[in-house]
Order: sequence, then structure tokens, then C-alpha cells
Amino acid sequence: MTAETLLKVEGVETFYGNIRALAGVDVEVKKGEIVSLIGANGAGKSTLMMTICGSPQARVGTVTFDGQDITRMPTHEIARLRIAQSPEGRRIFPRMTVYENLQMGASLDNQKFFNEDVEKMFALFPRLKERQFQRGGTLSGGEQQMLAIARALMARPKLLMLDEPSLGLAPLVSKQIFAAIKLLNETQGLTVFLVEQNAFAALKLSHRAYVLVNGSITMSGSGAELLANPEVRAAYLEGGAH
Amino acid sequence: MATVTNPSTVSAGSLTAKALREATFTAVMTFFMFVLFIGLKTDQNMRNELILVPRWGLLATFVAIAFFGRFAMVAWLQPWRAASKAAKDAAPADTSDAGFVKRNFSKLAILALVLYPPIILWLFGAQGSLKYIDNFGIQILIYVMLAWGLNIVVGLAGLLDLGYVAFYAVGAYSYALLSINFGFSFWILLPLAGILSAFWGIILGFPVLRLKGDYLAIVTLAFGEIIRLVLINWQDVTQGTFGISGIPKITLFGIPFDASPHGFAKIFHLPMSSAYYKVFLFYLILLLCLLTAFVTIRLRRLPIGRAWEALREDEIACRSLGINTVTTKLTAFAIGAMFGGFAGSFFAARQGFVSPESFVFLESAVILSIVVLGGMGSLTGIAIAAIAMVGGTELLREMDFLKAVFGPDFTPELYRMLIFGLAMIIMMLVRPRGFVGSREPTAFLFERKSVSGSFTKEGHG
Repeated sequence: MTAETLLKVEGVETFYGNIRALAGVDVEVKKGEIVSLIGANGAGKSTLMMTICGSPQARVGTVTFDGQDITRMPTHEIARLRIAQSPEGRRIFPRMTVYENLQMGASLDNQKFFNEDVEKMFALFPRLKERQFQRGGTLSGGEQQMLAIARALMARPKLLMLDEPSLGLAPLVSKQIFAAIKLLNETQGLTVFLVEQNAFAALKLSHRAYVLVNGSITMSGSGAELLANPEVRAAYLEGGAH
Repeated sequence: MATVTNPSTVSAGSLTAKALREATFTAVMTFFMFVLFIGLKTDQNMRNELILVPRWGLLATFVAIAFFGRFAMVAWLQPWRAASKAAKDAAPADTSDAGFVKRNFSKLAILALVLYPPIILWLFGAQGSLKYIDNFGIQILIYVMLAWGLNIVVGLAGLLDLGYVAFYAVGAYSYALLSINFGFSFWILLPLAGILSAFWGIILGFPVLRLKGDYLAIVTLAFGEIIRLVLINWQDVTQGTFGISGIPKITLFGIPFDASPHGFAKIFHLPMSSAYYKVFLFYLILLLCLLTAFVTIRLRRLPIGRAWEALREDEIACRSLGINTVTTKLTAFAIGAMFGGFAGSFFAARQGFVSPESFVFLESAVILSIVVLGGMGSLTGIAIAAIAMVGGTELLREMDFLKAVFGPDFTPELYRMLIFGLAMIIMMLVRPRGFVGSREPTAFLFERKSVSGSFTKEGHG
């Protein structure tokens, strides 16, 4: 299977002031893949995610999406290329209702497909339909995560980027979230780039994965390969990860 | 401090004891807080020496007020509020439709405002009505408009602006200078003043794009001061602290309100009176207010209004959804400033005189407190807050009978700020989200379903 490359990160270095958070990272995501990025706290996972979205911008290296160089683009223009991001900490709009949150997600097409898509989201996450008049801030953590993903999907993305979707969720709820991601990938061919601390769940779900340590990629391979790799097991699966 | 939440478990005796204990504690605190401020006053004697004048009686009054106030609060007010809250919770949820008045509140309010001048004219006659239409009516409506304009920036877009009065000043001076120097009429200058103010809003917006919260507040505060200082010091144009007087009045599509043969009174064969002009001004500012409200309500349903609200909630999420936060912020500043400019040019035309003294920081603070007291984002709440705060100030001016109590040199309006402060503290304790704290959603799938304020406790915004 030689699918087309959708996202390509080449030699990216990102700095916070003088501190180098990413030290030359290469990552590739092909169309229709679920790719995950695992690593310990402070490895630079979220930084890589945010660098792809242009905030902060990479000082060295390039980020290419769908054949277009997006390294120096402002965040909102990157989003307009249909890279939907569910940022870390979910960041839903707490005082807006669930329905309004979904509407915000459909801003790119000026609500053209809103009615059609909102039904799809409610079918994917029936909990959101029950809660559509409720304010975002009053939802439980799992429901907020569902809303964050649904809101990102409302933009009809070519690439969905999820930062820690299982953060702070009960195991059962995070299982539901992962099942939904898998379903979207299998039925609609949605490309997903996933940052996750829950390495086991992420590797099981992904076609391919990267391991990030101190700002550099140390390993990569298929999900199954990495799951079987003794180093990965020791560092991230058997009590190594916190 | 502890609050009594369940009166049934606390017997009356222990409640009184608790109230006494807390009241004594409060009284002691008050004593130490005020002993130097109130109890002792520094003064000069005949030989120009600094002496201490004790005022123990006044101090005792303060301590007594604190004692009885705290006692009354703990012994009566808190149990009463807890009981009424318990009764409210126990009662079945009121699912029936809200009453007629509640449903049509804004329509009824507008109707009342439209009927206000004729009723006042009928009740008090042409001369007696001036005070009510001018001091109460027009003055309050100017603040309603200013607060609704600021609401777009602070309430909807969540950008804390402490220098809003600058745009008011830009509008006022635009009208004053352009009408005096070039003879343009109000109807040309009103939109022009709005555009100029919006332009200044964008000028303010650019440098503060990256700022938020307290940093933004400081810069906007400085901006307000810069505009005021420019008005004071650019004497060739603005005549500095003397201000500009003789600003032309507004005409009713060319018909002036004066005693000339082409004046309003002569044309309509009415007896000459200054009341017509005031009534006309009242309706004009009412119209401008309604325009502000209409635009705000419409914008909230359009993508730009939704983007403002999303920006208030979470800027990073906005960007990740493809919203250009730069233009969103700039439009909020520009449109908010535009309404400030409209209000400013109206103000200049109504006063006939503008000077930098009208545009001090205190004005910004008053407008902002109206927005906060009213409940950020709620038009109705803000209007109520404006009536309470501005109307309250005007009422204080009227309270001459207090002179009989406190002596002839007692001026009640000097206590305005003290009362504002107290009102603010009480409001924030009783209703921390303002008079109308719940945000009305703008989008519905099937039907309008009310979302109560209790859903919005997470403390944002």
C-alpha cells in the first residue's frame, strides 16, 4: 500500500525562547492512516502538534500539508486547509451550548453542510444529542471530549489532529472515544494524527506510530511492531509511563 | 465567614449567640480599621501647628453600624434567604410559560419609553417636564447606549476595555469641531463621527492584539488618558481645558428648534417652549439606543457575532477552528467604538459644549460598571443597571430634604461613589453575574428551550 502523503514534517526544530523543544523531528502521515505519537511528559508531543498548527512556528525545517508548505502560515489559515485540531485540554466553549459549539466548528463552510453534519455527529455521539441545549462547561469530561472531536469534525477535515483525547477520562469513556476514532477511520477514511500518553491504547489503534524522546524521534514503526518492542514496553507500557 | 445554610437545624438561641459573636468580631474589626481614619483627624490650630482632633463619637457610630448590620445579617437576613431558597427549591419547577410581562418585557419597555415624554409633559407641563426628560431620560439613555456599545467589546468579545470614554470623546469632538468649522449638519456628522471613532478603535486594536486580561486593560486605560491629554494640550484645535462652546443644535431635517419664523414652534403653530427640543432629543437618543440594540442582536446571530463570543470563551480554540482572531478583535473594537462615537456626537449636540473634563477615566469606569452590574452580554440587564446607576445619581441631586437632616453644607451627590461602591459589593455578593447573568443562546435545532443560569456556574466570562 503506497498511499499519498498528507502531512510531512521534516527536520523541524521549535524553540521556546532559547530552549529547544523539538530537535529535528521527521514525521509523515499518509492519507487514510491513523498515526500516533507517544512519549513521556515533556518529550515535546504537544509542541509538535502545535508546531504543525503554526503556533509556535518552527524555527528550522518545514511542515508540508497536501503538497503545500504551511510552516510559516498563521494558525487560522492552516485550519482553513482542513486540518482540524482538537487541542489539549479540549478547549470547548464553556458558556455556549453544545449546539452552538458545533456551529462554531462549521464556521469554515459558513454552515453550508451544518444540518447534514450535525446529524452525523449526533449519530456518532448520541450523548451530545441529549445534551445539545446544555452549556459546554456543564458537560462531563468525556462528553466534553466528544464535543471537542465532534466540533473538529464539523469542519469536514482532511486531517484530524487529537491531542491527548483520553486525558482525565475514565477507561470506559476513553475506550468509547477510541472506538469512535477507529470507526471514522474505517468508514470514512479519515486521516488521524494522535498524541497520546496512554501508549497501549494508542498503539493498538494506530497503523503506525512514532516515539518521541526529548524532542527527537527515537523509534517508529507499525503499531503492532512497537507494541512488541521490548524497549517501548519497558518505557511506556510496563509502569514506565505516568 | 460562616453562613447559616439550614435554619431548621439551628435553634433560635444559638443563632442569636452566633450573631452576637460575629457582630462583636465585626465591631472590633471595624474599630481597628477606622480608629486612625475616622477616630483621629489631623488639623491645624491657630498657630499653624498640627494637632490631632479626636472624633470618638463618629467612630462609635461606625462601630455601632457595623455591629448592628452584621447582627441583622446573621440573625435575620441569612436565615430568611436560606428559608426562601429552600422554599424555592422545594416548590415544583415552574415549567409553565413565563408571564405576559416577562415574555414581552423588551416590547413593553420600549412602549413605556415612547410614551414617557407625552406622559411627563401632561403631568408636569412644558417647564416642569424638562428635568425629567433631560436629566433622567436623555442622560440615562446616553449611558444605556454607551454601555451597550461597550458591551460589544467587553460583554461579547471579552476584551476588557478601560478606555472606552476615548471613543465617546472622539465622537463628541468630531461633531463639535466639524460642525463649528465646516458647518456640517448633525445628520452628516453622526455617521462621520461613528466612522472616525471606529477608525480610532482599530488604531487602538492593532497594538493590543496580542494582549489580554489585565495587560489589555492597562493599555486601553492608557489610550483613554492619551486621548484626553491630547484634547487638553492641542490647544490650537481643541481650545484645551476651555473646551468648545456654541456647538450647533440638531435640526429636525432642516427645521431648527428656535424662536425664528422657520422654527419648529412657528411652523406647527405651537407656543414657544424649549421642551420640544428636549423631547426631540429624547426620541433621537432612544432611536440611537434601539439601533445599537438591534445591531447587537443581529450581529450575535451572524458569524462575526458568534466569533466574538467564541473569542471571549477561548482564543486558541477559535484559531484552531479557522477563525481569524485579528479581524475578529478589530471588528469588535471598531463596532464598539462606533457606537461610542454616535453617543459622543449626540452628547456634544445636546450639551452645546464639550471639554476634556467630560471624558475622564471615571466615565469609563462608570460605563464599565454598568456593563458588569447588568450582566455582561445582556442588553436588558445593562439597561436596568444604567437606570439604577445614572438615575440614582440624578436622584441624589434631588434629595434636598437630606440637607435638613445633615446640615446645609451636605451635598448628597458627593456620596455617589461611596454608594456605587457599596452597590457593587452587594451586587457581587448577591448576584455575581449581574442582574441578568444567564447568556441567551443564539441557535436552536428544534425549539427554544430556556437554559437557566444555574447551568453556567463554571465561572468563566
